[in-house]
Amino acid sequence: MEHFTPLPSLIGGILIGLSATATLALLGRVAGISGIVGGLLAGDRGEWAWRAAFVAGLLFGGAVAVAFHPGSFSMTLDRSTPALAVAGLLVGFGSRLGSGCTSGHGICGMARGSGRSITATVTFMTTGALTALVVTQALGGRL
Amino acid sequence: MATLLAAFLCGLVFAFGLVAGGMTQPSKVVGFLDFTGAWDPSLALVMGGALGTHTLLRRFVIGRPQPLLASRFAVPTRTDIDSRLMAGAAIFGVGWGLGGFCPGPALVALGGGMNAAMVVVPAMLAGMLLHDRWFAPMYAANTPAVPMAGAATEFGRDG
Repeated sequence: MEHFTPLPSLIGGILIGLSATATLALLGRVAGISGIVGGLLAGDRGEWAWRAAFVAGLLFGGAVAVAFHPGSFSMTLDRSTPALAVAGLLVGFGSRLGSGCTSGHGICGMARGSGRSITATVTFMTTGALTALVVTQALGGRL
Repeated sequence: MATLLAAFLCGLVFAFGLVAGGMTQPSKVVGFLDFTGAWDPSLALVMGGALGTHTLLRRFVIGRPQPLLASRFAVPTRTDIDSRLMAGAAIFGVGWGLGGFCPGPALVALGGGMNAAMVVVPAMLAGMLLHDRWFAPMYAANTPAVPMAGAATEFGRDG
């Protein structure tokens, strides 16, 4: 437990929960990132503007964070470019096939008590843990 | 204009939450998923904090007749647990465990100029397009046309 950061992580979680609640209260939408990005890619005109604005907020948030705390984006994992590309591809494809990701299923869906989201979350936590285990233990943490 | 500003601010707060929580550091994500060795439980607090806050507060929202800046709530209502949901979540998890990035943190990290995100985000978008443009039309064509009107928007409904 050498890198445990309980307080910042709890505060971060609360901020995410507040954002998800504000998204629902103001826009009537679920703050599911893969759904928002997927909708942008589909080019649904009526829904395009708010989704683009939300993604702009995410990107701008990253730009602000790096200005104040560059360590926010430290990459200490030993991953080659092809490994990262495969990871991104699987995350993108899987999130669309499974209708959601960590935010849409793990937070918004679970908060609603959706059986689909609970099932999805248990599933991706399990395969994620198994993958991390294999990479760390069998491949020595390098890929 | 109010809608756009609201959406931007929601995205901004979401981004700050992810950064504060440590989700934009892939080593913390993988350190959480790999519970053997030096387990880092931080992400349990991110997810628990987010889930707890949203579960507690959303009940005050959902009882209202409509959202403040939109005409209706558009919340997923599907209840069927099908093979696509399971397979998609399983594939997503493998990618997440492999690189330590899920979609939100990947986008925030791109905004922060992180090199790894410049690989992950385009690949993620390609994966999404691969599903939506190539794979989804295949299974849509093979699915009995019960909810015809919903066919085009059937995927991506949970968020």
